[in-house]
Amino acid sequence: MIPTPDLSHLTQTDFVHVYEPAEDTFLLLDALEQEADELKKHPPLICLEIGSGSGCVSAFLGTILGPSVAIHLSTDINQHASSCTLATGRQNKIIIDPVTCSLAQPLLTRLTRSVDILLFNPPYVPTDTEEASIAQGGGGIAGAWAGGASGMEITDRFLKDVDGLLSDRGKLYLVALKQNDVSGICSRMLTEFNLQSKIVIQRRAGREHLFIIRFSRPNRCS
Amino acid sequence: MVRLVTHNLLACHVKGCTTNNFPLAFQDVQIELQEAEFNPEFVKNLIPRLEWGALADAAKQVGDTSLPPEEPDMMDDDLLQKLHHVLLEIHVIEGAMVCPNCKHVYPISNGIPNMLLAEHEIG
Ligand SMILES: C[S@@+](CC[C@H](N)C(=O)[O-])C[C@H]1O[C@@H](n2cnc3c(N)ncnc32)[C@H](O)[C@@H]1O
Ligand SMILES: [Zn+2]
Repeated sequence: MIPTPDLSHLTQTDFVHVYEPAEDTFLLLDALEQEADELKKHPPLICLEIGSGSGCVSAFLGTILGPSVAIHLSTDINQHASSCTLATGRQNKIIIDPVTCSLAQPLLTRLTRSVDILLFNPPYVPTDTEEASIAQGGGGIAGAWAGGASGMEITDRFLKDVDGLLSDRGKLYLVALKQNDVSGICSRMLTEFNLQSKIVIQRRAGREHLFIIRFSRPNRCS
Repeated sequence: MVRLVTHNLLACHVKGCTTNNFPLAFQDVQIELQEAEFNPEFVKNLIPRLEWGALADAAKQVGDTSLPPEEPDMMDDDLLQKLHHVLLEIHVIEGAMVCPNCKHVYPISNGIPNMLLAEHEIG
């Protein structure tokens, strides 16, 4: 058992502004734990989490891999989230380097085909487009869930960058909701980018049916 | 934290700014040193991911002149130690990073770079 990161330094006031870890977060942690042996066998060098929120997921990945073996970069459009991520790294003795930005924008040039582990628990709740775009501009808590049409507007933008970011052995772990059309996402990634996918784990949590999808280049992993 | 390893991976992403948009220049920076565990293998593995010249220059901008301006052919333990320090132990906590091409200013506050752009600046 890998311990869940210590978040005792964060308060309810932080969670007014920043997404508090919930079922989706924990499912992603469970997926990473399930993959822990595989991850450690070929230790990643560069890890990047998009939308790190509290920093819980990156801290967990850091704990799996151990100290001083990988770089943990993270991004979020929410400045409070970046601060929480930095603090959560410290609290758990994992150095996380947060950048406040949208998706991987300022990293795309220099991280071309360099990311070994890419993580994204995106805003996946279906809303109207306008609501999602206001949330994206606001950098507040609504940006944590408002996903636009089919809950896919932000994720779809990100998916276009994945092929450029992943290293040869790179893996993306993506959280998705049933309404996001999981099999549609997988087949698009295969036809457009020749990226393979696998459902690592799925779970019904209340009204949400959540999936963790792993994407990788062909013939790299089972 | 804007460690120099992070700085080495960031480029300006203003719409249309696609050449000479790296490395960003530091401006009015405050730095803090924080000791990190030295893992020579890890540092060695990072080298192919780095732009050496940009790193040596960034280090110089924050007052560290320990790296040769060009990537040396041989990496001894002493140099790996220096590289470890420059990459992983120097934290820029306040200041800004400026694009050498379009002069866009990206502020750094409390150790976090703000690279958000306004709608009209996005490509
Ligand atoms: C569902 S929350 C997940 C937070 C955290 N990773 C977790 O699992 O608990 C989604 C996060 O993505 C961030 N986000 C939304 N749009 C983003 C974008 N365009 N770029 C980067 N982060 C974004 C939100 O601010 C929020 O922190
Ligand atoms: Zn620029």
